[in-house]
Amino acid sequence: MIIDLKKFISEERPFWTELEQRLDRMEKDPVRRMTLSELKRFHYLYQRASADLARIETFSAEVNLRVYLESLVARAYGEIHENRSGSSRFSPKNWFFRTFPQAFRRHMTAFWTALIIFSVGGLFGGAALSLDPDAKAVLMPFSHLKGDPSERVEKEEKAIHLGLEERKASFSSYLMTHNTKVSIFALALGISWGFGTVVVLFSNGVMLGAVAVDYMLAGETRFLLGWLLPHGAVEIPAILLASQAGLVLAGAMIGWGKRISFRTRFRKISGDLVTLIFGTAVLLIWAGFIEAFLSQYHEPVIPYALKIGFGTLELILLFTFLGMSGRKKKTDAVDSKDADHGH
Amino acid sequence: MDTEKTPTLTIRTPEGVAFSLHLAGPVTRFLAWGVDLACIGAFSKLMGIAVQIMGALNRDLAGAFQILAYFLISIGYGIVLEWGWRGQTLGKRLLRLRVMDENGLRLQFSQVVIRNLLRFVDSLPAFYLVGGLGCLISKKAQRLGDLAANTIVVRQPKIKEPDVDQIMGTMYNSLREHPHLAARLRRRTSVQEAEIALRAVLRRDELDPAARVDLFKNLAAHYQAKVPFPEAAVEGISDEQYVRNVADVLYRVSN
Repeated sequence: MIIDLKKFISEERPFWTELEQRLDRMEKDPVRRMTLSELKRFHYLYQRASADLARIETFSAEVNLRVYLESLVARAYGEIHENRSGSSRFSPKNWFFRTFPQAFRRHMTAFWTALIIFSVGGLFGGAALSLDPDAKAVLMPFSHLKGDPSERVEKEEKAIHLGLEERKASFSSYLMTHNTKVSIFALALGISWGFGTVVVLFSNGVMLGAVAVDYMLAGETRFLLGWLLPHGAVEIPAILLASQAGLVLAGAMIGWGKRISFRTRFRKISGDLVTLIFGTAVLLIWAGFIEAFLSQYHEPVIPYALKIGFGTLELILLFTFLGMSGRKKKTDAVDSKDADHGH
Repeated sequence: MDTEKTPTLTIRTPEGVAFSLHLAGPVTRFLAWGVDLACIGAFSKLMGIAVQIMGALNRDLAGAFQILAYFLISIGYGIVLEWGWRGQTLGKRLLRLRVMDENGLRLQFSQVVIRNLLRFVDSLPAFYLVGGLGCLISKKAQRLGDLAANTIVVRQPKIKEPDVDQIMGTMYNSLREHPHLAARLRRRTSVQEAEIALRAVLRRDELDPAARVDLFKNLAAHYQAKVPFPEAAVEGISDEQYVRNVADVLYRVSN
């Protein structure tokens, strides 16, 4: 019990002030690392403030002092008991070449699931269009795709000026932002136990399947590939990656066969979700440029073979990157093993 | 104190100390969002002026800039400010709200991003209906974004220092002659009881004379029963003076 509150406060206040100053410094510069002696001192101050708070609790009338000490202890608690990484300096190169592909590979089941749902949607869209061509307006809600594919091809191949010359930059910005919004939506809807993500994936699959079959039936497969592959080779995988993140979120929501709590499940995936959605955004920036500056030009301006070749190369590079980048080299692993044996 | 009225989250540290966080309700949060929306609107307006100037040089680039900038402002506003200001946006700052980790730990960048991206779902179908309902239903007043990011939004009201000096002025307080009893009184008095004494003294002139006498009589009896002071300390002082002395002992650290 504290008899002389005034004395208690005047004795303890320097320690509280010191703790507050240290906390302010840490909050201003979160990446700064403390030395061992600083760390020990910080821990001591935290424990002292905690003990003071426990003592002052018997003086319930000292509201302001208690609130001050509570806030001090709460702030220090966050720093002392935080054991998640994240205080190291961010390196964009390391993030793109290591963190991003590693996060992709950690959740392959979700990716394959997304791909299967998208493909089933595509098959459904294609089948629906071939069985009922009148359903085109429902399956493809884009005005420029509703006409006859051959007529469009003829018109676009004749047109030297696409009317895009004056607005290529704004068109590409529109594509980037629109597709990124769709991706964020696919991720966020994972919170609906994945139902929303599945709907987004399936409906996009239906649209693509219907467009593809429409052009194939009209004998315009080369045009289709030349038109879609350069940007689609990146754009479609990007949407699949965002949906992969959505399904990972759904998995945490459902928690099949996992003996960890709801909160821990979310805590475990949060870093990967953010990595996947930022990775998706990077891919969509590239796809937006290609769609505005390359995809809209057809033969004779750019030969289809070149466009198809470019798209195929992009696809191979993208999946090689996602599958291989950031893997531990075998030689490194062997070296470290040898070193271990040596000791 | 309004601790009973507002939902709180109590965190008990391994050191055995507990601290409580006051959770923000959907209405305050909605108001903060309104302020943020106005800020986003203001930023967009400023950007519109920049676009007009750019448009004179190159219309296409100006259009691209407008689309990208609006997208970045609307998505990035919450992320950048909450990360830079440790859980606060302009609206939250104004209404004294702060996003915190659910366990009282340091807020991580991924948590800030997830809670802001999930706004897309929380704002459905309009006016944050999904998020608002989530806030009302959830024990910790969390919208879906908070749930996925393991975050909570807390109120950090500015603690108003009571003007305790006006309780006593330069008057002598006989209870302070007995420091051990004064300490016992502080220990045995709850936060609410202390607040009642303080408010009664500060608002005494607003009361009817009869009600004033009655109230202070009851209060004095209550505090006397808690810790009886020796006759010498209470002799010749009125009930009102006694309650004044009690409030002074409870709130004023120095003599």
